[in-house]
Formats: sequence, C-alpha cells, structure tokens
Amino acid sequence: MIEFRKDIFADERDDNLNEIGKPTRRQDILGHVTGRSPFYDDHQFEGLLHLKCLRSPHHHARIRSIDTKPAEQMPGVHRIIQGSDVKVNLNTLLSLMNFGEDDEPVLSDKKVSYVGEPILAVVAETERQAFDAIAKIRVDYEVLPHVLDPEEALQPNAPLVNETMPGNAFPYHEKYNHQKLRFGDVEAAFAQADHIVEDRYQMSPIEQAPIEMCGAIAAPETNDRFVCYTSTQALFFSLGTAAKVLDVPSNRLHFIGGTVGGGFGGKVDSLHEPLAILGCMLTGRAVRYAFDRQEEMQVGAPRGAERWYIKDAVMNDGRITARKFTGYFDVGAYTRLSSYAIIKAAGHLPGPYTIPNVYADIYCVYTNRTPATAMRGFGITGVDFAIESHMDQIAHKLGMNPIELRLINSYMDGDMKAHRREAKNTALVECMQVAAEKSGWNIAPDFKAMSSHNGGEGWRSEIPHTVTDTNGQIGNGVPASTVRPATTSIPAYVPSQNPSYAAPPAQPARPVSPPTPQSNVQATPTAPPQASAPASSSTPKRPRVSRFSSISGTRRR
Amino acid sequence: MAKKPIQFQLNGSSKSVFVEEGQNLLEVLRREVGDLTPKLGCAQGACGSCTVLIDGEQIVSCLTLAETVEGASVETAAGLANGPTLHALQEAFMDGFAAQCGFCTPGMLVSAKALLDKNPSPSRGDVIEAISGNLCRCTGYEPIIDAILAAAGNGHNSAGRYSGSGRQS
Repeated sequence: MIEFRKDIFADERDDNLNEIGKPTRRQDILGHVTGRSPFYDDHQFEGLLHLKCLRSPHHHARIRSIDTKPAEQMPGVHRIIQGSDVKVNLNTLLSLMNFGEDDEPVLSDKKVSYVGEPILAVVAETERQAFDAIAKIRVDYEVLPHVLDPEEALQPNAPLVNETMPGNAFPYHEKYNHQKLRFGDVEAAFAQADHIVEDRYQMSPIEQAPIEMCGAIAAPETNDRFVCYTSTQALFFSLGTAAKVLDVPSNRLHFIGGTVGGGFGGKVDSLHEPLAILGCMLTGRAVRYAFDRQEEMQVGAPRGAERWYIKDAVMNDGRITARKFTGYFDVGAYTRLSSYAIIKAAGHLPGPYTIPNVYADIYCVYTNRTPATAMRGFGITGVDFAIESHMDQIAHKLGMNPIELRLINSYMDGDMKAHRREAKNTALVECMQVAAEKSGWNIAPDFKAMSSHNGGEGWRSEIPHTVTDTNGQIGNGVPASTVRPATTSIPAYVPSQNPSYAAPPAQPARPVSPPTPQSNVQATPTAPPQASAPASSSTPKRPRVSRFSSISGTRRR
Repeated sequence: MAKKPIQFQLNGSSKSVFVEEGQNLLEVLRREVGDLTPKLGCAQGACGSCTVLIDGEQIVSCLTLAETVEGASVETAAGLANGPTLHALQEAFMDGFAAQCGFCTPGMLVSAKALLDKNPSPSRGDVIEAISGNLCRCTGYEPIIDAILAAAGNGHNSAGRYSGSGRQS
C-alpha cells in the first residue's frame, strides 16, 4: 500500500485528495496565455552584446594555431574570448557531486573532439557582427582519425577521444572500464535452459528539441555581482558550474530562472551561463549567449545512442531463468551526466521482472560525437526498449501470449531486485491486466486472478552469493547456482485465444552477441594520465571518486 | 548601416521605429518596440512561435522583413486581452490546460484568433489545419484543439470573463 503522510501537513490543509478527477488550473497559466511568462530572453538590457562561438568543423583535430587578428578589427567586435580567459578551463558536471574526473574544456583551443565543439567566443554588438568576425578567424587544424561507433572505440587501436579517459571508457570503481551487475549464475542457467534467445538492439541519439532554444543573458549587478537570466532546467547546478569554472564565489552570482520553454533534459548542461557571465566580466556589458536552431540541433546535447545485447535462458513454460546484458552507451566526446545514467541503468536491470540470474556489463564509451546528456527516462529508455522488444521475441519464439509471458515473469512485492533492493509497491501485474482488458486482449483466468501482493518473497527474495577473485574482482568466480525452482506459484501455462498473433516478420541477419571483450580491466586503473592542464594550475586535484550514491555522493566540494 | 523609419499599427496603437535593412519583424517587435509576446523558436519559419497577424493574415514574423509592414496593422498575443479582461481564447486555454511550458502559447493563440476571426464555427479539422504551422514540443495538441473549439462555442467575439479566482468547473 502507498503510505500517505497526511499527519505532516494536517494543520495546513484539508488532505482528502479531492483534486483527483476535477480540472484544475496551472499556477503559471495566466502568464502563459498573456505572453508575460518571463523566459530568459524576455529580459531587455540597454547595450546588450551578443556572444557566438567559433565551432569545430571536424570530428577530431588538433589545433596548431589560431589567428584572431583579422576578427579583432571587424566592426562591432568587443572581445574575443579564448580558453586562457577561462580560469578553470576543464570541468565535468558531476564534479559538483564529487563524481568523475574533469574532462571537458569550456573553450577547447588545443584539440577538438566533435563537430561543433566551441573553440573560442566572439562578443559583438549584434549576432551578425559576431558571425562576420568568426568567419575571419583562421584556425590551422591537424585533422586526426576519429571514431563514431562505441564498440569500435573500445578496440585497442581506436583513436583516443578524450585525453582524460584512456581506453575511451569511463572508469568505474577504479578498476573496471564498465559498470558491472552480477546476481546469481547466468552460465549455469544457460546450460540448463530449454531455449537461448539472443538479439541486439540499438537506439539513435534523440534531440530534445525544445521550442525555446538554450541560452543565458548575464549583466552587471550592484556590488560586483552578476545577474544571470537562464533557460536552465537546473538552476543551482548551473550556478555551481559557473562559480567553479570562473573561479568566483557563488554569492557573486545571482541566477534567475525557472521559466523554461521546454527542456526535456536538454537544458541541464550549463554550457551558456559561464560564457555569458565571462563575457559580461570582460566587457562590463550585458551579454547574451543563445543557441540558434542549427546549434541547438548540432551542438545541443541529445539523448545518446545506445546498443544492447541481450541473451536470455528461457524454459518451455515461459520462465526466464537468466538474462545477460552487454550495453554500450555512446556518450560522445565528454562525460557530462552519462556516467551516472549507466549506474541508474544497472539498477534498473533486468527490467520489471524477477529473474534469478542476471549479469550485465555496461560501458560508458567516448566517441567523436556530440556529447550526450539527459533526456526523459535518462539511462532507462534505451534498455527498456531493448527489454520489451526482447520479451516479445521470446513470446514469438515460444508461441506464447506476450502479456502472459510478462505476467509469468513479473516482479512482485517482496522480490529481490538484481541490484539488491527489495521490490515494493510493484504494479506490473495489475498494469498488464488493465492493458489486456482495455485493449480486448485475452488472458487466461489464472492470469486475471494474479496479484502483485501475492507470490513474491520466498526464494524470490534471496540474494545469491557473489564470488570475488583474489584481486577483489567480481564476475570471474562461479557462484552457487540459483536457477529458479520449478515449483513456484506461477500458474501452468494455458494458451489463450487471441484473434491475431502473427509470427514476427523475417529480419535480415545481424550480430546477436557482443564482440569478445579486449580486456575487462583497464591497463592503468589507478593513474590516469594528466589531462591538458587548466589555466589555473594551482587548483588542487580532487581525489578521484568512482562510486556514485545519491546519498553519500552529494556532499559539496 | 543605414536605418529606415517605418510606421505601423501594433494592436491598435501607432508605432514609429527605425529599422535596419534586412532586419526581421520579430527582432523589431521584441528589441525595438518591446512587445515580447512573439517568441524566437527557430528563425526559420518552422515552429510558428513568432506568429503574428499582418492585416489579419497569419505570418511568421521571423521571416518577415520589418520594412514591409509599413502602414500595416500588426496584431500579437499582447493585443488579445482588453485591459484586465481576457479574450475567450485565453480563458479557454486556461480552463482547458492548453499550455505546459507556455513558449508556443502566444503563437498558438494568434493562429487560433486568425481562424476564429474568419470562421467563428470551425470544425476540428479546421482547427488542426489552422495550427498546423505551430509546433508544441510538450505535445499538448489535443487540449489546445479542444480549447480553441471551446472558445468558438463560447462566442469568441464576446468578451471573456476572467475572475482571477481559481478554477471553473
């Protein structure tokens, strides 16, 4: 049962839940229909200057030299901002949570690693003058080989995308180039399975594409403070990031936001605020840095591409006894928030099902593509697409009703999830029952009678032993087999009559298993090479933290 | 760059501004005149959030040269309400939850007004066609269509009632 803590606000409101089923008005709707809602770009400043970036035309190139002289003479140009103007020109977003290594310059004037990466910025009277000046800047590039596929990026001879990340993979727990999940013994279950069902699933990057494009306006405020109006979805995140890279106390920055013209995850990366504020510091004028639509689509961080291999052990009656994942998150050239998304994905496996043996290796891989970031269901959507497609493949293979297959394997209250948290308030059974009813899809009476409240616990709540080897590494030992016992409360399978349940269409051949991993362990797990030094080299190096926790991971730097 | 004086009517009042050659109407309305209700969403005529009416015609202001509105009548979402009294479309959008982030809303309202000015009793198909140039990325199209139909049913030319006090059933 969901627990409502009515007692906490008992003296403040009549908490009888009488809002449900009645229309209500948004609190901000009057501003929306009158056009008065204050989006960041609706703030007007006398003498507003515009900032635009020179962007890389190459996937991967070293910059030999930059000649900005012709641009400095162009009409309307107030300032050209270079990487050396940024106090701490190397950052990673989750450093605010003390997680990960700084790996991304604000302005990348030594090496570019994706098309559209900002190299320097021009502040001018108008956007057109800024673009005209940028067109005069001459950059001498040494074009480098690039890699655009995550599995190719993990090959030993692949180009190094991000110098902070050897092997093109984010290091987890200081010893793995991937995040691991081990629960039970999948190999033993595969050996006893009636069927092995394997396939590969992949998802392209997706742009959040809000109608309001990302941007920020910074202006001088009283007492040497700066005000920043921003489209950010994460106001304090952007504040902390700006304070860090500009090396100013956060109390000198006054951030105003909260009116966001659509974000969907794409407005958390804090790309605009630091540069707008820096432009303001260097010119003494209000500065606007806004993406245009082309930049929004090319440079604005999308949901990243993912590729998943799934291998299941399946019994004739529909029980899934093991599920093995190999996942590749193509995070683009820099980490942003993707290292966290993978940990979230690992906690989600094997989906809303109780499977006694689960195994996953998930790689956070750097490629020469646009850095990826959050989007709705961050870390979950790609693998859920893979899991649910795979469930349908299994149903096709066994000739089973796909909803009944899901019910047989559904998680229930009291079950132990593979990430070792007990499942509570589960509702997949009820959800499937309602979906079947609403869509007129028949399921057998036994399945209609199932409940998430009955059938869990028992063997389903047990945590199998995880064996570690002498190096303290998991996944190499052989744990005790935990194949699901045959005698459970799962009803015997009786096929239900449904009008149309065709076999899947024939598909072209595609690889169904991941390549043999080159090495599970990084060659230099504890001493990554020094990244290109930030402008202020006196900044003390933060201790590496490779374990992320929403509780312990949030202490301030 | 040489600037050119232009005069036009904006929501019934006369405006005189200097514009640059090639400057678009959206920028002039927002930066020179100070009407911030048309929004910049793409500068490519694709999203419709900058929609205004020029002599009653639905136009994307980001692709309209400012100097071409000399002598014309321009309407924006800022002209919908009559003082504190909201237009029936605004009332219907409020009642029908027809906005989420609110960024496309002014353009949607202007497109809807263009429709209802010409066709006070549109079909659902007419409404869909009228807002087909306005993108809503929060994908709230159905409540928007319902709200426009509701406003038409309520008689959009009569002044809407806005009490300012919470919900109406």
